[in-house]
Amino acid sequence: MKLQLNGTPVHSDAPTLAALLTAQGYGDAKIATAVNGTFVPASLRADHALADGDSVEVLAPMQGG
Amino acid sequence: MRDFYGTTLPTGFMLGTAQYPSPAILAEAFRRSGASVATVSLRRESGQDRAGQDFWTLIRDLGVHILPNTAGCHSVKEAVTTAHMAREVFDTPWIKLEVIGEEDTLQPDVFGLVEAARILTEDGFQVFPYTTEDLVVADRLLNAGCEVLMPWGAPIGSGLGLNNIFGLRALRAHFPDVPLVIDAGLGLPSQATAAMELGYDAILLNTAVAKAGDPAAMAEAFALALKAGKLAQSADPMEPRDMAAPSTPVIGKAFLE
Repeated sequence: MKLQLNGTPVHSDAPTLAALLTAQGYGDAKIATAVNGTFVPASLRADHALADGDSVEVLAPMQGG
Repeated sequence: MRDFYGTTLPTGFMLGTAQYPSPAILAEAFRRSGASVATVSLRRESGQDRAGQDFWTLIRDLGVHILPNTAGCHSVKEAVTTAHMAREVFDTPWIKLEVIGEEDTLQPDVFGLVEAARILTEDGFQVFPYTTEDLVVADRLLNAGCEVLMPWGAPIGSGLGLNNIFGLRALRAHFPDVPLVIDAGLGLPSQATAAMELGYDAILLNTAVAKAGDPAAMAEAFALALKAGKLAQSADPMEPRDMAAPSTPVIGKAFLE
């Protein structure tokens, strides 16, 4: 299926958000996730099924003022 | 030092982590600043380079309180979602809430700010709202559950200092028991001193230190300025007056005409 990952088109067969993150190399990184603009807590990633056209955001700590 | 949602900070210095020439200079600036709080943000992370992970290690090792922001958010939904993501990543209920309303000044959208503050407070967040010095907005934010207010001194990154001394003084006078933080617009340590002399509890800045030629030295300069302003405020300054008043005694002066 086609997904948007941080604004970039990706093809993935990952059935869940957790599977997508593993496939994309995030491993145990300190990140937060949202799908289609809605926050998905870490505890729910394994149960969050992805669908064609979903937009996934993966955010991490960054410099800020 | 007043407490911020039950946390007493050793100093009233909150320092941003952006725009430093290098991570080492950032760390040195924090060391010399004595800052109690580091502001941080969230941005897109690549699964390949994982840049945010190294940054997180650096910030965690500073040993200060972490205050994540919602910088760049222009809507209530965006800010609320970002706050939730920040709470999970940084493991803190603190959030520096920014809802930007205007691009040239980065002025807060105070209507969205109040709405987002209410939503987040009801969800257990401890909100540090980036606001203006407007008294009515301040009152609405307090009613929404905020226990700290962070009025701007001037537009973010401008270095203009305290643009509306009257308004900031009025805010302090109207809410004597609320922790107040000057957030944004400071460019020089003397402006930080002025903020503390007004009775403010803390300052939050980034650009003035990070973009100085010597960020670590400027960080220390701000630390000293804060200390001077706070000491002066606690020393009960004299009232200004329009006319001169001789400081040297007149009695006993020789008649030499």
